[in-house]
Amino acid sequence: MKVAVLKGGRSLERGVSLRSGARVEDALERLGHEVLPIDVGPDLVKRLVAERPDVAFVAMHGVGGEDGTVQELLEILGIPFTGPGAAACARCMDKVQAKDAIEEAGLPTPDWFAFNQTAFREFGAADALGRLEETLGFPLVVKPSSGGSSLGVKFARSPGEVPQALVSAFSYDDRVLLERFVDGRELAVSILGDEPLPVVEAILLEGDRYDFEARYEIGRTRFVCPAELGAEEERAVTEAALATYRALGCTGFARVDLILGAEGPWLLEANAIPGLTDTSLLPQAAEAAGLSFEQLVERILDLALAPATH
Amino acid sequence: MSEVPEPTHRRRAHTSGRDLERYAGLFAERTTVMRSSAMRDLMAITARPEVISLAGGLPDTSTFPPQSFAAQMTRIAQESAAKALQYGPTEGFEETKDCILEVMGAEGMLPDPDDIIVTTGGQQAIDLVCKTLVDPGDVVICEAPTYPGAVPVFCSYQADVIQVECDEDGMRIDLLEKLLGELRGEGRRPKFIYSVPSFQNPAGVTLSLERRRRLVELAREQEILVVEDNPYGLLRYSGEPMPPLYQLDGGDFVIYLGTFSKILSPGIRLGWAVAPPPVMEKIVLGKQAADLCTSTLTQYFVREYFAERRWQHYIDDLVELYRTRRDVMLEALRTHFPAEATWTEPEGGLFIWATLPDYIDTNDLLAKALRADVAFVPGQGAYVDGRGTHSMRLNFSGVDENEIREGVRRIGKVIAEQVELYGTLTGEQRLPEPAEEPEPNVLPFRKAEEA
Repeated sequence: MKVAVLKGGRSLERGVSLRSGARVEDALERLGHEVLPIDVGPDLVKRLVAERPDVAFVAMHGVGGEDGTVQELLEILGIPFTGPGAAACARCMDKVQAKDAIEEAGLPTPDWFAFNQTAFREFGAADALGRLEETLGFPLVVKPSSGGSSLGVKFARSPGEVPQALVSAFSYDDRVLLERFVDGRELAVSILGDEPLPVVEAILLEGDRYDFEARYEIGRTRFVCPAELGAEEERAVTEAALATYRALGCTGFARVDLILGAEGPWLLEANAIPGLTDTSLLPQAAEAAGLSFEQLVERILDLALAPATH
Repeated sequence: MSEVPEPTHRRRAHTSGRDLERYAGLFAERTTVMRSSAMRDLMAITARPEVISLAGGLPDTSTFPPQSFAAQMTRIAQESAAKALQYGPTEGFEETKDCILEVMGAEGMLPDPDDIIVTTGGQQAIDLVCKTLVDPGDVVICEAPTYPGAVPVFCSYQADVIQVECDEDGMRIDLLEKLLGELRGEGRRPKFIYSVPSFQNPAGVTLSLERRRRLVELAREQEILVVEDNPYGLLRYSGEPMPPLYQLDGGDFVIYLGTFSKILSPGIRLGWAVAPPPVMEKIVLGKQAADLCTSTLTQYFVREYFAERRWQHYIDDLVELYRTRRDVMLEALRTHFPAEATWTEPEGGLFIWATLPDYIDTNDLLAKALRADVAFVPGQGAYVDGRGTHSMRLNFSGVDENEIREGVRRIGKVIAEQVELYGTLTGEQRLPEPAEEPEPNVLPFRKAEEA
């Protein structure tokens, strides 16, 4: 089979995407497929039309590759592709839309408010910050609305830190989210087709648990898979993740991030195209389920070509 | 049929998570302090052709005439092919040392050739010094900010790095003295003080003569080694030449590091270290273990190049070129950076260090800047403790004047947007003047009273 591997592009997560792509290409070659690596640029459509691949493996992260843009093009060109469809990608990428969908499905997600820059620049939204902080409490989390990685995510511990956190988050996106901080275990559930894979837990290796930024520093967090969960907890977590995946309209695969608090799981977001590098969570979870990376890639391809998909 | 089969895989098979787990048990403890970050991925984007990168630290090698390069290499091929392709002595060729003596002589230094070792770039010299002197937990003192490329070296030897603030006259020696006193009280003796005294990377500042004298005096009094890293000393565009610490000290307590990277070519990977004989003995053993000897081919190239007796003219050309570029960048900063920003005005070297209001995180700003197709180095990499997040390093040697102007304009624009946004968020259109003097030992560079 001729498989186009779409990778790179201009997003901030280009580096990770190139690593995901390279690893997928290796696996595809070992599986005996004809591999067409494409570092996505202005010639993408031309190349796809000329090369006519049987299927496209989308190994892109962030804006352009994970937000439905590339998926929309592939849908127009009639090329089957891996991972969720354009609409689901767009929904996952936009944390506000995602949280709306999660809430509509009756699933718990931390309280939040979303603002775009215009609200602050033109409508004096800053004057509403006090009220909003009262509702959310401290610490609170400030995130760019788009973007799958942790870039730009800040924790504000007091009202004085909120404007600075907003300035940072607005560096990545025109819209930002202020979200209630929920204390608990940080879990990620990857879903393949309709099957939840073993749960991954991120555990802070060292230091103050309120050193929030450390969570996003590679090397300061350890990932455990499968996470040590009681049977009841595990059921609750995987069910909530699967329900989120469905609420967002995901197909193929996705990774749902959540916090397991005292009262149960809180859904944070879903990544439509989770990383596929050596250290990424989806491959780790697949391996814990007994799937080698090749088997994972093959399964992802099968799902892309299955008639019900997309 | 005796055909060799085509290799089936271009790349090594990637490892699985389980493999990683297996290797994890094998990693040395020092690897745990080697950290990667999302920032590194961001920097990958700066390589896009449409991005104006003020992030590099590159000399402009396009000014080196290709014809002379061809002639020199041809002479080597014709006259010394066998030797140039052979191993060489670990310490480096005597002829290379002669060239080094010329370069150091131009700054008033006259070391014993036996005290010199030729290294694979100045970076290896830093590594060898650490390898020779640093045990895990040992104290190494350096400037704040310090050369970002030295941080991973110190960390890989598990040094306890303590940074001493700089102002526009370089490292605050009064603070250093205080620190040394405190350390003595704890019974800890620093292994060395690392400094880039002239046109520092990244801050662009130069250690004043008075402070140089005091630093050398301190080293002597307390018998502490100073590692003087001087890659840019000859690239002075204004102001009076400053004696290197090595010259002031005479080489008893100063280990000197030099390089051909900024005055000739970084691609030839040729640097050197000068150290007192007992230290040198150990450095040579370390070098032997690391790579036996520095490239003989490039040592031959330097010998040929110096034989033409034009090396100083080439530096004069570089000085002309970089002076203009520095001036263009300073002018552009005045034009395009908001009033809240400060920056250093280097008398030489390759870098300007700009500091923004403390509500702007330069790591995040880089993401916004990259969308405007311009890049800089966020300041955090120049600190070991996470500081530096409001500063950035700007390079003016590797890009032409138009790109400098346009690059600075683009960065200025994204900063201005953030400043305005912050004003909107806090209800202040402009930052008020600070009510009191900021802490004397913090950036932005403000001349401090000597203690």
